[in-house]
Amino acid sequence: MAFFVEVLVGGLLAGVMYSLVALGFVLIFKASGVFNFAQGAMVLTAATTYAGLVDRGWSGWAAFLAALAVMIVFALLTERLVLRPLVNQPQISLFMATIGLTFVLEGASQAVWGSVVRGLDLGIPDTPLEVKGVLISKFDLVASATAGALVVALASFFQWTRTGRALRAVADDHQAALSVGIPLERIWALVWAAAGAVALVTGLLWGSRLGVQFALTQVALKALPVIILGGFTSIAGAIVGGLMVGASEKVAEVYLGPIIGGGIENWFPYVLALLFLLVRPDGLFGEKRIERV
Amino acid sequence: MIYREAGQFRTTYAADQRIFPIVQDRVGMVLLLAAAFVAVPLFASEYALTALLVPMLVLALAALGLNILTGYAGQFSLGTAAFMSVGAFAAYNLQLRLPWIPLLVIFVLAGLIAAGVGMVFGLPSLRIKGFYLAVATLAAQFFVDWLFTKVGWFSNYSSSGVITAQPMAIAGISLETPVRRYLLVLSIVSLLALVAKNLSRTRTGRSWMAVRDMDVAAEVIGIPILRTKLLAFGLSSFYCGVAGALWAFAYLGTVEPQAFDLQRSFQILFMVIIGGLGTVMGAFLGAAFITLFPLFLNWAFHAVVRGEVRPGLLSQLELVCFGALIIVFLIVEPHGFARLWQIGKEKLRLWPFPH
Repeated sequence: MAFFVEVLVGGLLAGVMYSLVALGFVLIFKASGVFNFAQGAMVLTAATTYAGLVDRGWSGWAAFLAALAVMIVFALLTERLVLRPLVNQPQISLFMATIGLTFVLEGASQAVWGSVVRGLDLGIPDTPLEVKGVLISKFDLVASATAGALVVALASFFQWTRTGRALRAVADDHQAALSVGIPLERIWALVWAAAGAVALVTGLLWGSRLGVQFALTQVALKALPVIILGGFTSIAGAIVGGLMVGASEKVAEVYLGPIIGGGIENWFPYVLALLFLLVRPDGLFGEKRIERV
Repeated sequence: MIYREAGQFRTTYAADQRIFPIVQDRVGMVLLLAAAFVAVPLFASEYALTALLVPMLVLALAALGLNILTGYAGQFSLGTAAFMSVGAFAAYNLQLRLPWIPLLVIFVLAGLIAAGVGMVFGLPSLRIKGFYLAVATLAAQFFVDWLFTKVGWFSNYSSSGVITAQPMAIAGISLETPVRRYLLVLSIVSLLALVAKNLSRTRTGRSWMAVRDMDVAAEVIGIPILRTKLLAFGLSSFYCGVAGALWAFAYLGTVEPQAFDLQRSFQILFMVIIGGLGTVMGAFLGAAFITLFPLFLNWAFHAVVRGEVRPGLLSQLELVCFGALIIVFLIVEPHGFARLWQIGKEKLRLWPFPH
């Protein structure tokens, strides 16, 4: 039983890390209806910029701020050069454009910082902590706390500030938002910048786990089942979806994996999400679709 | 002056329903086919045949398949490569275990098996729409990849996971020369392209388009959604399956899951979007562009950059250029090459007059 709890808790904590990536997706989809495939590449860019600067002797905070600045500049450029000219195009075109962005980011970040694997030490000890006979990684706890804080901050920003309200208005109806005088362009730049900041935090946490390397982009693929499970438009969904995917994936890998050959964590979350969607086609917390002819 | 339909009257229903109603189009098509079937094998170099034309045609076939699903029936799919992979492994296993079946029948059977798998993964499309469906089709991608890597039976317990494809032969004639491979691929692709073009003009094709434009409305006017969507998934996967078998047998010469990863799915999606959604012509133009452009970029970079550079830097810069170009293209011509072609034809009709 203790072993099961340990696997479960480990999975839940890993799930929080998935939620972080999913959060970036949800932010952008909510505000602009763009399915941003480049989120994984943004994670990579932010993390390599940070690690690269630290390698050159910058202090942690300076590198963090610089990486944040890079992400904000990227957000502004994306809004100006990609999103604005593509307004009113079908969603699939925007999706393809974000795959194009993925190529640009992956190529550029590797061209600038090289494709070596860099270690990243945030100064958080990765020692196990024993709680009632269950071993929990301290690093995972810190990571979850960070993710939790980020989610609370974002959710309250959406809920209680003027800009947050404008953001929700844009998410609800672009035209209505425009007609009451909400600047669409600025809102978009803002969400992309916010998603960039989330990508930076994700990149740091995942980077100190896996090392800062190209494989970070694969993290995005882990987050996709999370967002369809939770619903594209729900921040809470990203969290709950992440926890569910993390926990079930680990439990399945441990208990089901040996029976059918192992390595199932690549596809198991997708199949799980698929089964959920058959019952709830808009994810757990996604907006209900009302279809009229 | 040359391209004008004045004086060409359609006096029968048959004439009205031709694929190419204008005589200039027919002549052009015959010339194109003649060039592809006769001139290219005679004059093209071995490199052009094996490294450019064969992969381009095979990917065009896969793009045609995805176009049926995404362009005509409006269902997003990111699992194209998975269905290609199913086709390749099915063809390999059929050839291995039932060696008496003729090659062409094997390709058809491989396509049918891929179609079956495609329909299974298409089932969720009845409940899920848009990006939810796109992500759900990724399940096919990862599951198929895992299945062929982990379950030894499919790869005949080969230790490396890379299998050499069996040599191809039809009626005792070996197809292992570049020219014959090219002709085999070209014949299959032209035939299936003709089928796709005709399908899009039938009742089936029209009901796909109705479902694409709005499936609730389509249901209201009496189109069976279940059958229409599953047929689209099945046919699309059939095309992809045949393309996958050809990719393994006629191009790579090996059967391996890595040849059909997510990048391949994206590559084919790019072809469809850049070529033009919902057009047969677009699949070919897109495939030509996406296969040839990276080669051109590579050549251009090596011509421009002289001297020593960090290894890998060039390929990273190429990646940046490729990504940027995709974005620019989407902004400049969101309807793809097929629309450019259309505009060109309109212009040609009026030429040399401006209006």
